[in-house]
Amino acid sequence: MNNSVDIPAPSERGRFDWSPHSRALGFEFVSAEKAFATLKLPFRDDLVGDPDAGVIAGGAVTALLDHVCGHAVMTALDAMTSIATLDLRIDYMRAAEPGLGVYAEAHCYKVTRSIAFVRASAWDRDKSDPLATAQAAFMVNSDAGRRPGANLAQNASTEGPSS
Amino acid sequence: MSDSAEQLDALLGRIPYARYLGMRAELAGDEMTAILPFAPHLVGNPALPAIHGGVLGAFMEITALAQISIMQGLTRQPRPIDISVEYLRSARPLTTYARAEIRKIGRRIANVHVEAWQETRANPITLLRGHFLLSPKED
Repeated sequence: MNNSVDIPAPSERGRFDWSPHSRALGFEFVSAEKAFATLKLPFRDDLVGDPDAGVIAGGAVTALLDHVCGHAVMTALDAMTSIATLDLRIDYMRAAEPGLGVYAEAHCYKVTRSIAFVRASAWDRDKSDPLATAQAAFMVNSDAGRRPGANLAQNASTEGPSS
Repeated sequence: MSDSAEQLDALLGRIPYARYLGMRAELAGDEMTAILPFAPHLVGNPALPAIHGGVLGAFMEITALAQISIMQGLTRQPRPIDISVEYLRSARPLTTYARAEIRKIGRRIANVHVEAWQETRANPITLLRGHFLLSPKED
């Protein structure tokens, strides 16, 4: 049984985004190659965290880092499959500058049968002056054995990590 | 409405990103429960479907910020220094709840643990541990 779908080439997979939350936040594709991906979160007033400072919320940067890590895993895998975040650690070095969008780049530096390991960083003006860095582990083939819509069932199994 | 309940509403109401997520909170005495009703724009994996891991991280982060602010009567938001999120179960398209426990609070730093659950509190879906920098109290 193989529930993976082999569609785009790894370098193209970073462009392929079927996550409603990613579209809602307005993530823009910047670049991708095997095991690397870069996305941008353009500045938007409704994504501000601290209105006194006028900067993008730490939580939105969290979502961006989680998502870009997932993209890097997708480009690192030989075939398309489901993935889910297992753990995500973020260090916030500084606040973003008011009114600026945030870029994030991730590198998936190791993939095993079950787990992918990723590092990422986020910056606004200068890549060498990051505002946050992240370290994450993802489960590979996280939907294994679960049909589409499995989470809609009344007594859905919730044994897999979330996406 | 108590002072801290008003303060909590004001705090969440002033965070545009909290409104964007659709997050609110309830107080029972000094115990706060944060509530994130399900909405389609929160989905990360549309096949299952499951809520995006980044949404849960952000939700728990704001829960921690709100809990610190209520306890300390802060008018300026604390700032996250580092967070670590552990994903235990797939987040189904249901309302998600979270409670934060302040493990240590000093003059400058707070250490906070947050648990998020859906149907059963004893089966959390995600955990967060984080350090937050406290801003000086404004008079």
